Amino acid sequence: MPRPKRIRKMNNPPHFKGFRPIGLPEENNPVVINFEEYEAIRLSDFEFNGHVEAAKIMGVSRPTYTRIYESARRKVAQAFVLGKAIVFEGGKVYFDSEWYSCNTCGCWFNHPAKEEEIKNCTLCGSTNIVQYDETKLQSKTEEICVCPKCGNEKVHSKETPCKDEICSACNCQMVRKGAPHHQGVKNNNCN
Amino acid sequence: MKVAISSVGNSPDAKLDSRFGRCSYFVIYDTETAATEYIPNTNKDNIEGCGPASVQFVASKGVIKIVSGEFGAKVKAISDSLQIQLIVLKDQEKTISEIIQMLNH
Repeated sequence: MPRPKRIRKMNNPPHFKGFRPIGLPEENNPVVINFEEYEAIRLSDFEFNGHVEAAKIMGVSRPTYTRIYESARRKVAQAFVLGKAIVFEGGKVYFDSEWYSCNTCGCWFNHPAKEEEIKNCTLCGSTNIVQYDETKLQSKTEEICVCPKCGNEKVHSKETPCKDEICSACNCQMVRKGAPHHQGVKNNNCN
Repeated sequence: MKVAISSVGNSPDAKLDSRFGRCSYFVIYDTETAATEYIPNTNKDNIEGCGPASVQFVASKGVIKIVSGEFGAKVKAISDSLQIQLIVLKDQEKTISEIIQMLNH
């Protein structure tokens, strides 16, 4: 028995069902493109992600992603050359959705139907909602530059790398606190 | 539009259950007819897979929104593919009637 397929994540399902060639009589064996293959083409050729990043987005390994992408391209080529219709169907996927929080009733809700824009809280109808943003939360954790010699600390600013910061107490080059490099230079003198 | 609410009891004064898969009752509320239905959760004592089983159950009732205190890790993927909206309400002191009132905004 083959290993079960890992479930793939999809951000944007297509909002139409497929394609038909112009000027050919209706044929009844279309090329079936899975949702994961559609997503692979979208990630690689529309959003220009590398295979490594795209694989991460879909939650599969890089070789698996490459296989999905290759299969997708072959199907597209087959449809183009033979003048077949394309339908989007099936595949082992789940649709990812974005989360919102309401400031009036304090609830959290997601939004599976991407096409419609969301303006009101689904629970209480208030318009005071914010979209949950993971990247914002990450930047909130403070980064600190530290002097390896005297331990003087300074809040890291995005513009200047830690190594360009100079400790105000002992004129020493600073390093990022907690980074592996920090451990390495801890007991050394100023470089 | 039908909404499922996880509940600890089978009356409008019962409180919201903080867990979805192992809640005692599902309240199925229809916003158009204002009808409520209390259904005991038969998946409650499963060893595992209560969440997915419960999602399938409420989906078979035609529900498109679920209100609960918390959802397990397996629920999100299934509800997304069934196009069911999840609403997480952390306030566990809310009663079913209060939530229904909020839904009628």
